[in-house]
Amino acid sequence: MGIEKYMNDINANNIIEVKNLVKEFKGLRAVDDITFSVKENEIFGFLGPNGAGKTTTINIICTLLSKTSGEVTLGGYNVARERNKIRNCIGMVFQDPSLDDRLTALENLYFHGLLYNIPRSALKERSEEVLKMVNLSSRKNNLVMTYSGGMKRRLEIARGLLHYPKILFLDEPTLGLDPQTRNKIWDYIIKLKKSKNITIFLTSHYMEETEICDRIAIIDEGKIIALDSPDNLKNTIGGDIITILSEENVKLKKYIKEITGSDVHDAKEGEIRFEIKDSSSFIPKFIKNSPVKILSISARKPTLNDVFLDLTGREIREENASARDNLRMRMMRRMRH
Amino acid sequence: MKKELIGVYTIWLRDIKRYFRDRPRIIASFAQPILFLFVLGTGIASSFSTFGGGSGGDFLNFMFPGIVGMTVLFTSFFSAMSIVWDREFGFLKEVLVAPISRTSIVVGKLLGGSTIAMIQGAIILLFSPLLKIPITFVIFFKIIGIMFLVAMTIATLGIVLASVIKSMQAFQVITNFLLMPMFFLSGALFPLNNTVRWMNIVAKINPLSYGIDSMRFAMLNNPAFQLYPLWLDIVVLASVTVVMSILGSFLFSRQD
Repeated sequence: MGIEKYMNDINANNIIEVKNLVKEFKGLRAVDDITFSVKENEIFGFLGPNGAGKTTTINIICTLLSKTSGEVTLGGYNVARERNKIRNCIGMVFQDPSLDDRLTALENLYFHGLLYNIPRSALKERSEEVLKMVNLSSRKNNLVMTYSGGMKRRLEIARGLLHYPKILFLDEPTLGLDPQTRNKIWDYIIKLKKSKNITIFLTSHYMEETEICDRIAIIDEGKIIALDSPDNLKNTIGGDIITILSEENVKLKKYIKEITGSDVHDAKEGEIRFEIKDSSSFIPKFIKNSPVKILSISARKPTLNDVFLDLTGREIREENASARDNLRMRMMRRMRH
Repeated sequence: MKKELIGVYTIWLRDIKRYFRDRPRIIASFAQPILFLFVLGTGIASSFSTFGGGSGGDFLNFMFPGIVGMTVLFTSFFSAMSIVWDREFGFLKEVLVAPISRTSIVVGKLLGGSTIAMIQGAIILLFSPLLKIPITFVIFFKIIGIMFLVAMTIATLGIVLASVIKSMQAFQVITNFLLMPMFFLSGALFPLNNTVRWMNIVAKINPLSYGIDSMRFAMLNNPAFQLYPLWLDIVVLASVTVVMSILGSFLFSRQD
């Protein structure tokens, strides 16, 4: 990427503008007065725990849900008044599968093409093109019902791109997939970003997955609590994260506060944690001078999870718990519809 | 406008495609009418002599249009209600986020359900030679027209309900508490002009009774079996269709 392109990106127009958006469901504020914008051709991410308001916001932007108040425009069109214009320029990959599994991949694409008024002469070629991109060409005539979860998701990405949208929305694109398949999906997304001029708006509650974003909004309980590039967000943490297991936490905490001036928090399993710049020179000195016996000590670079922890005092859902949680979330969603 | 028409066509085509792909459903759809007509119908017809009501010879003829109506009722209603199914399995979102109006989706769904119901009804007509009911070309096309109208009426009801209920569980409830009573009180299985008063009143507000009545007219043209004049049947069916489709489009277009 040349410097010119980079400068262009910085000055690029905002493709999505959200101002003071509020959405209430029967008294519950699912989205609580949020304001942000998405620049053209960037990968923009929503990071936050389940139920933070990510999907609700996306559903409002993509015209599926009405807003309680606020202003939302996409490509200059107003979401409340110019729905079909917006629908024409967005591609969607929803959190839950939205394919017709009694039809083949090619038929799913064909119907999508008709709905988006793609000329029939171009439709066949484009279908082949997007199927090739997600490596499904050889299975194009199979019923979707015979597909694995990862294949379905890839087909949905392909379908979302069929009408050449300006923006592709990916709502938890890797939810419920195994780690290997998840990596593959992200490979496709990165490849897509490199090969096409397209804005990508994604949500995830997997921290490491949002690192590919140009900018991330961290969202919690319906509010945006931080918005910046992943690196800048991580830089808000004062250096490296140190976790210590000691014989006497209370005394140690006091000591650390004294010598470093930084706040010390309790972490999992009786450990304590704090942040320090330049951990590699700090640790040897610290162990030598510590008034309490240190059982274990570790230092690492901050992650987005630490940023979230720092901002909210709690962790975004742990990955290990996600299979069960996802199931619960899905059941809750079912009941809500 | 052209875009909306393509949208209607797409929604219609999907339903048709799914129908023809679902062979078990086509075969199963024979089972119920055959059971009603040849088991229940024959049984009831032959019981007339036991209860001293003559031979019951015309009963199967009387019942046949009712069975065709039953097929149309269930097929079109469930086709329209498949919106609930699509919502559950996610496909509805794909359609809702596409650049076509909600009305086009509703119209496509109505036409799809009605077309399938018409095909199913026409298949049942194949049994008419067994009952010695003559079906000429003219009668056939009359019946097709009426079947389509009845199917539209029922499908609009399905759309209205599908827009209001959002869960699969409610589906069974509706089948038991709405569809079955509608069928039993439609004159499909027994004449309504000689029944008790409340039944007669309920039948009058049941749109399906007008559908069965008109179908019976087209197939048998026996004044003894007719409840209402044909024009009234058609006016009632058409009005219900118009009112319900407007209501259905409105309800379906509502956003949360």
